[in-house]
Amino acid sequence: MTARTNRLGGSALTVLTWIVALLFVFPVIWMVVTSFKHEVDAATDPPTFAFTPTLEQFTAILDRGFLPYLANSAFVTVLSTLLVLLLGVPAAYALSLAPVKQTSNALGFFLSTKMLPIVAAIIPLYVISQNLGMLDNVWALIVLYAGMNLPLAVWMMRSFFLEVPTEMIEAARVDGAKLPTVLYRVILPVVAPGIAATALICVIFSWTEFFYAVNLTAAQAGTVPVFLVGFITSEGLFWAQLSAAALLASLPVMIVGWIAQNHLVRGLSMGAVK
Amino acid sequence: MAQVAYAGASRVYPGTNSVRAVDGLDLCVGDGEFLVLVGPSGSGKSTALRMAAGLEDVDEGSISIGDRDVTHLPPKDRDIAMVFQSYALYPHMSVRENMAFSLKLRGMPKSEIGSKVEEAASLLDLTQYLDRKPKALSGGQRQRVAMGRAIVREPSVFLMDEPLSNLDAKLRVETRANIAALQRRLATTTIYVTHDQVEAMTMGDRVAVLRDGVLQQCASPRELYDTPRNVFVAGFIGSPAMNLLTLPVDGGAVKLGELEVRLPVPAGSGEVTIGVRPESLSLVGVGEDGFDLQVELVEELGADAYVHGTLAGHDDKLVVRADGRTPPRLGEAVRVALRDTGEVHVFDPESGLRIDED
Repeated sequence: MTARTNRLGGSALTVLTWIVALLFVFPVIWMVVTSFKHEVDAATDPPTFAFTPTLEQFTAILDRGFLPYLANSAFVTVLSTLLVLLLGVPAAYALSLAPVKQTSNALGFFLSTKMLPIVAAIIPLYVISQNLGMLDNVWALIVLYAGMNLPLAVWMMRSFFLEVPTEMIEAARVDGAKLPTVLYRVILPVVAPGIAATALICVIFSWTEFFYAVNLTAAQAGTVPVFLVGFITSEGLFWAQLSAAALLASLPVMIVGWIAQNHLVRGLSMGAVK
Repeated sequence: MAQVAYAGASRVYPGTNSVRAVDGLDLCVGDGEFLVLVGPSGSGKSTALRMAAGLEDVDEGSISIGDRDVTHLPPKDRDIAMVFQSYALYPHMSVRENMAFSLKLRGMPKSEIGSKVEEAASLLDLTQYLDRKPKALSGGQRQRVAMGRAIVREPSVFLMDEPLSNLDAKLRVETRANIAALQRRLATTTIYVTHDQVEAMTMGDRVAVLRDGVLQQCASPRELYDTPRNVFVAGFIGSPAMNLLTLPVDGGAVKLGELEVRLPVPAGSGEVTIGVRPESLSLVGVGEDGFDLQVELVEELGADAYVHGTLAGHDDKLVVRADGRTPPRLGEAVRVALRDTGEVHVFDPESGLRIDED
């Protein structure tokens, strides 16, 4: 009796889950479908489902100079993430496994940097970039993205470092390991999933960042999100081309996310599951 | 091989009211000896062990291993190996790599590492698990890997911090015997921390009892049991605990209910604390020499039964060992006799120290 009720409830839940999932994934599917349409098919109201697929939007995008933007995005994302890990891993270690009196203040400071809305800082940032001659320069974005992601990354990685059993570190010390050996041969392999998860989040945030990019870059250092806005013009929207561009823009993150998803799940649940 | 000597060693945790976790510890562990540090939680036994390992600072006094003063040396320079309560295995390394780690760090040639690891593995019955990761092992196997990691190093001292407390009861008894046998075979000086007094009594050549960071007594298990130096040791060693009663002295004797107990030592006047182990008391027939006990609880352990009760006319609680086959019933009043007045321990109620004939 209860087993049957449970099974019924289970099926209902499955159906509901599918509906919710489809609801969420529909816009993405629609974007993919639209990207293969001709601009006429994309603009019909009501929308058409029957159309001759074409790759012309993709070639059009490449013709409009998509690749330099893609390269900028990749360069900025990879380097800013590396910079975050380079600075963040030692910081997270220090703030978790080698705490001092001011540790909680330092953590508070890191968090406080996220409290100011970006828009409140954009004018000083613009002026500083201008004075340094760094406007429309990828390096300015790299520094800013690293700064933007660092507090979050430190907090996230700190929670992973806190999971490392103290006794294991002590065992390594008794076994004869010095600090660098303890860090690289014992601690890092254990927190690797956490670091991978952190890196993925930094990659996503850098890749999709729009506000800094649109204000501080132009033709030289523009990133993919800036390229996308180019399709929203006063002459109207180019739905099919915009969809194709959006698809190309999201593909790298989707691929990276898909590759890293096992790590990510393990990383994000590291604290919860023992 | 080496002896370990604590000389007035203290660990003081700083703070507004600083805590002396280990207070002026003077203790010498002989070469090849198995010394057990025992005490209730918070007694400083683990801290004392970690001071020898170099994982805890020595704030006063010194510690030497062999003839070297190691007080301020880092753990890696002390020639010690440690087994942790949680085993602290490296989860990303196989059993083989776990055991080889310390040897690799020392730069030992690969072939030699291989043979040493194989040797330790066969000693501990781990050969078939060498390529597994710790998470694919049972608790007992993990414990053995932790032991293996310690013995491959052939250190001059083993330090073990409650290594059996995560095992189930049956495995604990088995492993207890194995560790003791292994230690005898390797003849490596060992300091072993436990809160389990059965482990302490069965494994140690000598047992050191700690309380609030202060060493209470260090002696062979038999001596600790027969002549505890103070009330704390008397109450801590032995299960169930020794009965301790503070009673007025009248003419060299105290009264346990109706029973007059002549003290085996001169005790002056005033009060004394007497200690009687449950097995020094026995149930006797009505009318025989003894005192009455109101039974409140009977613990049947098979061979024996422990009878908990209140001394008639007093608030004092007593435990008596009785035959397991004929235990009294709850609420019953039973007659209890003392086997031999020589088995009564006498302590000063003020200082808690043992009063001996002198």
